[in-house]
Amino acid sequence: MGWVGEQIDSIKSLQFRQVLTQAISLGMIVTSALIIWKGLMCVTGSESPVVVVLSGSMEPGFKRGDILFLHMSKDPIRAGEIVVFNVDGREIPIVHRVIKVHERQDTGEVDILTKGDNNFGDDRLLYAHGQLWLQRHHIMGRAVGFLPYVGWVTIIMTEKPIIKYILIGALGLLVITSKE
Amino acid sequence: MHSFVYRANALLTFAVTILALMCAMASLSDNFNSPSPTAEVQVLNINWFQKKPDGDDEVSLTLNISANLQTLFTWNTKQVFVFLAAEYETPKNALNQVSLWDGIIPTKEHAQFWIHTTNKYRFIDQGSNLRGKGFNLTLHWHVMPKTGKMFADKLAMTGFRLPETYR
Repeated sequence: MGWVGEQIDSIKSLQFRQVLTQAISLGMIVTSALIIWKGLMCVTGSESPVVVVLSGSMEPGFKRGDILFLHMSKDPIRAGEIVVFNVDGREIPIVHRVIKVHERQDTGEVDILTKGDNNFGDDRLLYAHGQLWLQRHHIMGRAVGFLPYVGWVTIIMTEKPIIKYILIGALGLLVITSKE
Repeated sequence: MHSFVYRANALLTFAVTILALMCAMASLSDNFNSPSPTAEVQVLNINWFQKKPDGDDEVSLTLNISANLQTLFTWNTKQVFVFLAAEYETPKNALNQVSLWDGIIPTKEHAQFWIHTTNKYRFIDQGSNLRGKGFNLTLHWHVMPKTGKMFADKLAMTGFRLPETYR
């Protein structure tokens, strides 16, 4: 009970300038995170430079909860590359391997077929109705590296948003009640 | 400055930084490995070769694939994904790559193998260009690490040709 009393006293004794300083430092932290994220988008040439693996369709290589680092260059897409793509009309990106490539002579455009390593059949069932191939503009990036388990934080926060609110609430409380 | 929360925060930051550093070093150690894989493929039989109702050619092959990929494995390797692709050119397409078979090699012991199989995935052309077509069979491998950068490479075996007529 004494600890709660102390916290209430510290909140009451806040001065306006102190609050403003803390708000600005919080803003700085959020903005630098945003700068790093946008910078990564520029460097890797991909709209989302880091993705979390959500399904088990690439096991045992990539398990649910791993994160993948993506890179998108102008190099042509070749069989065997692990690509991340969005199907028209679906927002969740899919991470699968390219198994068939047909590249046109004249335009250099490609028709691509993908398949998850752990799936029995290819991805035609996942594509939009009537779509048989992916084109380059569907591909968001190639996977070039990966880290295991780190993505569980994102999965937990997405599937149980209450944890996200608790975390932000606790952070906010910490910022307000700290004396620096 | 010495409260529990500050100490926990400092400890956590330090732990995460050290972990990230260890992952990066593990990945860097893979660069010191210079692999020397070998592979050989034979087409034992053309099972059938037809033009489908929609106009595309399709062929079914029986293959004998043997390879030794043991030198690709390091202590930081989780698995090696290997696949065999038929690669050829047609008047309309500068490059066609069709994966015929793939497999996952989980450990170094499994990396020396030979298998006798028909093609796992259908060998279908975009069009009707496969009669008498010369093609390469390229073995591709993709080294997937426990952490860090993935490496991919391939070995092309040339000189294969499909028959001049359907059968």
